[in-house]
Amino acid sequence: MSDKKPERRDFLFTASYAVGAVGVAAVVWPLVDQMNPDASVKALASTEVDISSLKPGNTITVLWRGKPVFIRRRTQEEIVEARSVKMEDLIHPEKDEDRAKNPEWLVMLGVCTHLGCVPLNDKGDYDGWFCPCHGSHYDTSGRIRKGPAPWNMEVPKYEFVNANTIKIG
Amino acid sequence: MSDHEYTPKSKAGKWFNDRLPLLTLANHLTDYPTPKNLNYWWTFGGILTFCLITQIVTGLTLAMHYIAHADMAFESVEHIMRDVNYGWLIRYIHANGASMFFLAVYIHIFRSLFYGSYKSPREIIWIIGIIIYLLMMAAAFMGYVLPWGQMSFWGATVITNLFSAIPLVGEGIVTWLWGGYSVDNPTLTRFFTLHYLIPFLILGLVVLHIWALHVPGNNNPVGIDVKKPSKDTVPFHPYIVIKDGFALLMFMIVFAFFVFYAPNILGHADNYIEANPLVTPAHIVPEWYLLPFYAILRSVPDKLLGVVAMLSAILILAVLPWLDTSKIRSAVFRPLYKQFYWILVVDVLILGYMGAMPAEGLYLLIARVATAYYFLHFLVILPVLGLKERTIPLPLSITEPVLGGSPNMAMAKKKESKLE
Repeated sequence: MSDKKPERRDFLFTASYAVGAVGVAAVVWPLVDQMNPDASVKALASTEVDISSLKPGNTITVLWRGKPVFIRRRTQEEIVEARSVKMEDLIHPEKDEDRAKNPEWLVMLGVCTHLGCVPLNDKGDYDGWFCPCHGSHYDTSGRIRKGPAPWNMEVPKYEFVNANTIKIG
Repeated sequence: MSDHEYTPKSKAGKWFNDRLPLLTLANHLTDYPTPKNLNYWWTFGGILTFCLITQIVTGLTLAMHYIAHADMAFESVEHIMRDVNYGWLIRYIHANGASMFFLAVYIHIFRSLFYGSYKSPREIIWIIGIIIYLLMMAAAFMGYVLPWGQMSFWGATVITNLFSAIPLVGEGIVTWLWGGYSVDNPTLTRFFTLHYLIPFLILGLVVLHIWALHVPGNNNPVGIDVKKPSKDTVPFHPYIVIKDGFALLMFMIVFAFFVFYAPNILGHADNYIEANPLVTPAHIVPEWYLLPFYAILRSVPDKLLGVVAMLSAILILAVLPWLDTSKIRSAVFRPLYKQFYWILVVDVLILGYMGAMPAEGLYLLIARVATAYYFLHFLVILPVLGLKERTIPLPLSITEPVLGGSPNMAMAKKKESKLE
């Protein structure tokens, strides 16, 4: 092959393969992409939650995009505990101030970042959450402290519509 | 293939066979020369074929009543159990059939490990077998999701989340697998489709598995090649057909025991609670046949490395023919390998037990040691052993130890001298 000069036929082969490959890719992509979230799934983007009945130290769990979201009204001790942790002690360093803009309210996806189980409230070695599946411990800010999970529990986009209502998404 | 040319006796048969040689194939399968020293560990190929056909037939009938929708799946399974004629029987056969399938496949795999059936010239048979095993795990996992109980839902969540360990694209892949932002209806419908498809892929691979087997012929307990032409072999029919049939009957007794007397003992009570995305069951475990790999996943404290270790534990089997450096196939003639073989069996059983226990304290420690040993066996012990081990001399033919009454030639010789 190497000492032979390319002929017209070689060009034809290469061009045919290239066009064929593009054609196959163009047909395969719709077949692959049909599995991605469809328009009706994407449409369920936001949920409003009434939080007026929540007392300090209580958590409610709501469903948003098929996933549980924890809304916790934290006690003073929990806030102090979360804010006094040194950054170098954290696996995934994030300040509590950044995770809970309003310190009393912690809003986050109740999904363990290891393999997606729902962690249990008020459990574990760090007074926050404990995932029963593979033993990840989270602190009062929902940050991973011990176990196989790589990241802190995710804080979704949310806002206070008024003093009693949170809009998630 | 067959050593002789085959011609059908009847004129019509000859006419047909000249156009499509199905009768030649049938003749090859009946006359297929089989080593005459095969023991009962060799009957599991036939048993596995039975398991596959059972799963396909019961699966097809269940699919006539099952509804693959997140709001209706759980109820439709209860409908099958309570209302459909013999629905309870068909579903219990299908559910326990999966366990029986894995029981048989594990015996089949460990048979190969003991007698070195994966070695040259049978590597392709072995690799096709590993692919079948992987597809079986995929089919079993997706089938377990279909009843849409708590274990279905959370098992699906945990297993699909394994892909999120892949750097950069992991989260995107998981969303793609789900068809949403969590396991939900789109996930269920695609799992149903794939669960329906995979058994037929397995069926195709089984044909290739047997085809590849019929090129060199069966390995045997002595592990040496059969001499051709010789009296080392017997025709597949009727000798092996009868033996396989008897073993299958014994197997079906065990199968029937589970179906009729303990149909739920291998399942989890939590799966009779409908899926709830807000609550994870306190203790989620996979089905028993996946427990050793689950233990390996949990014994690594890092997410990505845990997934890599678990997948490696399965894929390492595919390269086993090249990790085992010993030319001697059968463990009968490898005194050290035989001991390591049994240690591996115990190691896998320990891993299985640890996979069912909570991942903490002593359990976690034992699981870690067992995981390390599992890889040590394949990556260090097998390659070194093949070079260092002093093996027992092989007999000259498979007939020789059979006539002497022992696979060990020295003992066979002794017996002969006693007879003289």
